[in-house]
This record gives sequence, C-alpha cells and structure tokens, in this order.
Amino acid sequence: MDINSLRKEFPILFKKVNNKPLIYLDNGATSQKPQSVIDCLNEYYAAYNANIHRGVHYLSQFATSAYEDAREKIAKYINSPSSKQVIFTKGTTDGINLVANGFSRGILKEGDEVLISGMEHHSNIVPWQLACEYSGAKLKVIPIFDNGELDLEAYKNLLTDRVKIVSLTHVSNTLGTINPVKKIIELAHQKGIPVLIDGAQSVQHTKIDVQDLNADFYVFSGHKMFGPTGTGILFGKEEWLLKLPPYQGGGDMIKTVTFEKTTYNDLPHKFEAGTPHIAGGIALGKAIDFLNSLDFNWVYQHEKELLNYTQEEIKKIEGIKIVGEAKNKSSVVSFVHNQAHHYDIGTILDQMGIAIRTGHHCTEPLMQRMGVSGTARASFALYNTLEEAEVFVNALKKSLKMLM
Amino acid sequence: MSIEEKVEELISDFDLFEDWTDKYEYIISLGKELKGLEEKDKIEDNIVKGCQSKVWLVANLQEGKVRFNADSDAIISKGIIAMLIKILDNESPETIANYNFSFVDKIGLKEHLSPNRSNGLVGMMEKIKTFAQYYNQNK
Repeated sequence: MDINSLRKEFPILFKKVNNKPLIYLDNGATSQKPQSVIDCLNEYYAAYNANIHRGVHYLSQFATSAYEDAREKIAKYINSPSSKQVIFTKGTTDGINLVANGFSRGILKEGDEVLISGMEHHSNIVPWQLACEYSGAKLKVIPIFDNGELDLEAYKNLLTDRVKIVSLTHVSNTLGTINPVKKIIELAHQKGIPVLIDGAQSVQHTKIDVQDLNADFYVFSGHKMFGPTGTGILFGKEEWLLKLPPYQGGGDMIKTVTFEKTTYNDLPHKFEAGTPHIAGGIALGKAIDFLNSLDFNWVYQHEKELLNYTQEEIKKIEGIKIVGEAKNKSSVVSFVHNQAHHYDIGTILDQMGIAIRTGHHCTEPLMQRMGVSGTARASFALYNTLEEAEVFVNALKKSLKMLM
Repeated sequence: MSIEEKVEELISDFDLFEDWTDKYEYIISLGKELKGLEEKDKIEDNIVKGCQSKVWLVANLQEGKVRFNADSDAIISKGIIAMLIKILDNESPETIANYNFSFVDKIGLKEHLSPNRSNGLVGMMEKIKTFAQYYNQNK
C-alpha cells in the first residue's frame, strides 16, 4: 500500500500546529477520520436527516436503511453470526456499562466474583465496581508482570467457580500489551465462565473475528477505528443478549407499553433506547469501508516498523525508561524520564507540532503497579510515517535538552 | 519596585524573545531559580487545583507583606508559578487581593498554554488570591 495516497484520505494530517506540520501520535486517544467518513456525516444532515425505525415517509425509510446497512456491514466485518447481535452504543465505555449493569441485576449474587486485569482502563474497572456494589459480588484482579504482560498462571488460579464473568482488555491503551485473548477465553469457557473483551485499542490495528475468538461480548469504539465520536459497538452472543435485562428504557426498545406492564423489543433494539447517533452509525459504516480497503498484513508490518524504530531510538536516550515491554505489543510507546516530567515533555513537543498523550491514561491502578505517576505516550496509527517517527525522536531529544 | 514596574519588566523580557523556544527556556529558568518547598510542605492542603502536574503553593505574612513559595514536579508549571510569585511576592495582602492579573494576558501567556494548563494558571491565581484575602481579613 502507498502511504502517501493513504494519508491523502485524512485531511487533518495536512494541518499545521504552532506553525509546524502536525505529527499526530495520539491515536490511542482517538484516530483521525478519512474524508469519506466526514462527507458521510454531512450528507446525512444535508440529504436525508430523519428519525429511524418509526417513519412511514421516504426520508425515514431511507435513513433507516442506511443505518441498518451500516449495522450489517459492521456485523460482517467482525464476523458476527447475525446483525441483531451488533448493538449500537455510544462507545466502549457505554458497552461495558451496559453489560456490567445487566450482570448486576440478577446474574451476580453475593459471594460471586468478577475478574478483570491489572492493566484495565478505568472504563473496565469502574462499571464492574458499581456492579459489585449493587450485587454484593467481589472484584478480583489478574496481576501483571513488570514487563506489562499478564500473569497467565495467576489467571488460571483465579478462575474459580465463584467467577461469573471475566472482563479484559484486548490491547492495553497505556502499555500496548496485546493479551492472548483467544486463549484467555478458552480457559474461562472450560469453567463455563463468559468473557467480555474490551477491543477499544485493537480495532484500529487489526481485524477482529468474534467467532474465532469465541468472545461472549466484544466491545469497541467507533472513534478509535476512523469513525465518528459518540459511536460504538457491543457484540454479544445471542444467548447472553437475551439473558441480560434492558439497560435503558425509552423509545425503540419496547414492543408494547401499558402502565401495568411493558414488553421489550427484540434484539438489537432491546438495548437501543431513544434516538441514536444516526449520522454517526452510518458514518461508522464508511469507516468499515475504509478498513475493508486495507491490507492488514501491510498495516501490521508498517506499524511494527514504527514501533520498533521508535522504541529502539528512545531507549538510547539517557534517563528514559520504556513502560511496557511485552513481547507481543501494539504500536504504543509509553515512557518516563528520570528528571523531566512527562507533562513538560508533552508541552514542549506540542510547540513543535507533535501531539502525544501525557498523564495516567485513565489507568491509575496500572500506574501504581508500574511505579510511575504518569507517562508520556506516543501511539501510532497506520497513516503515520517513519519520517514522522524520526522527527518525533529528535524533537524529544531537543525537549529534554531544554528541560534539563 | 511597584507591581506595575515588575509587570513592565516581565513584559519587556518577553518581548525580547523571538520564538517560543526562548519563551519556554525563560519560564524553565524561572522554575529552576525558585527555591521550592521542603517535602513536609508538599501536602494535599497546599496543592493548587486544576493542574495536571502537582503544584504546591505556601504563603506567610512577614512584616505586613505576603511571602510566597511554591514547587512542582513539572518544571514548566514551576516556572509559571515562579512568574506569578515574581510579580506578587512581598506585596501587602490588600494589594494582592485587589490585583486583577491582567499581565497574564499582556505577555500572551494564555495563548501559549493548553486549555489544561490554562486551568492550572487560573487555579494558581485563585490560590494566591485566597491567601491574600485571608491575610487581608485577619489583619
């Protein structure tokens, strides 16, 4: 694939920031959008804005088809057995809350356990803490090694009969660690335990096959896979989606309503109360078209090259320590310096047009585990170039010189 | 030197800088010059709210003037608060309580700060004022 023509699809990459060409290395926070996604959002409002699933008129039917076509496209992309198992959400956080909330009402009982890992984003910690608070269940944490890999032996020992669900990230947003989720799911299933996978950080880098993984739930955000913000997907196995109670009440999710008793709509609508982000859902379909146009072998090689180069070069800089050195790692480089504060580094790099993330990355328990208050994080996407990585490394050296 | 004179001096310092590098190097040097706090003073009560890095500010009254000292785990934050202290240290509580901090806009500092850092700057100014108001009311 030709990186230059790929980059041309993303108008923001040609922007200048602080009079320097933008180098966007904060893809873990959100990815940029191709023109096709941006145009699609505009087109919806300009040409067929109407509410869906309830209109007899032309525009409503047109919008409904577009929205449902997008759902089909997404279902096919992740190899879901059916599109009714693909629930539109606001994002990963929303999807996890939906499942955790459902588990807290009727499934989790006092003395039960929920198993998460030590590298989870707050979005995969707090919803389960709430669920445990409601239900009297306990939250248990799979420990991680110093290099940022999951302790699989400890995991096996934690998989007791008390565990009612395992909820785990596919790729760590802070460390880049790629967890062996297929194996993790298999081990849980041997004990009859369902598994939710937080795919927020994986969908941008690799193609997901929910049936191959055999995940009971797989959640992700549209905005991290070149789609609009405020969109996301919850994939669930049908038996689980039928078992879970509705999350929110309102329009679209009901079959019939009386003051005495309301019956709920079928999947997927049971979990989609209220008017959704229609334009966003349709545009997420466009992001899927973009992903479908990619050669993922190329993406893998390209991102690996960016990761290896940056990691090797940064390691040579005195005082820098990489946080997270798993063998199987996504294109994320988190680091700290023994003198310069990550926040200062981020500020100086910003002056040079380079966008990185600094702070705790919504993973405070992980920061404590790694013994740091925060890190500076460069996260690469497929449209980043090796030249950008070089500029970043040199800019980092310059910023450290200023800060010392 | 009056506050106005100190502000004029700071603005003329900033006017000399041709690009952002010099500006930041100056802020960093101010941060390095500031004495900083002992560990015992780096406590929750002294934390400035709204900063992404940790910033601590303490004050005491000496011969009718407020004396400030501050520290931060990030050098740019320390430099920014050092700049505020440079202007407002050793002034009477009344003067500081009534001061409107317009020099922050004059040196174009806000435009150069991220929204997050701007929040931190507002937090610093508020804490400085709170100290001054306290000493002013408890004269």
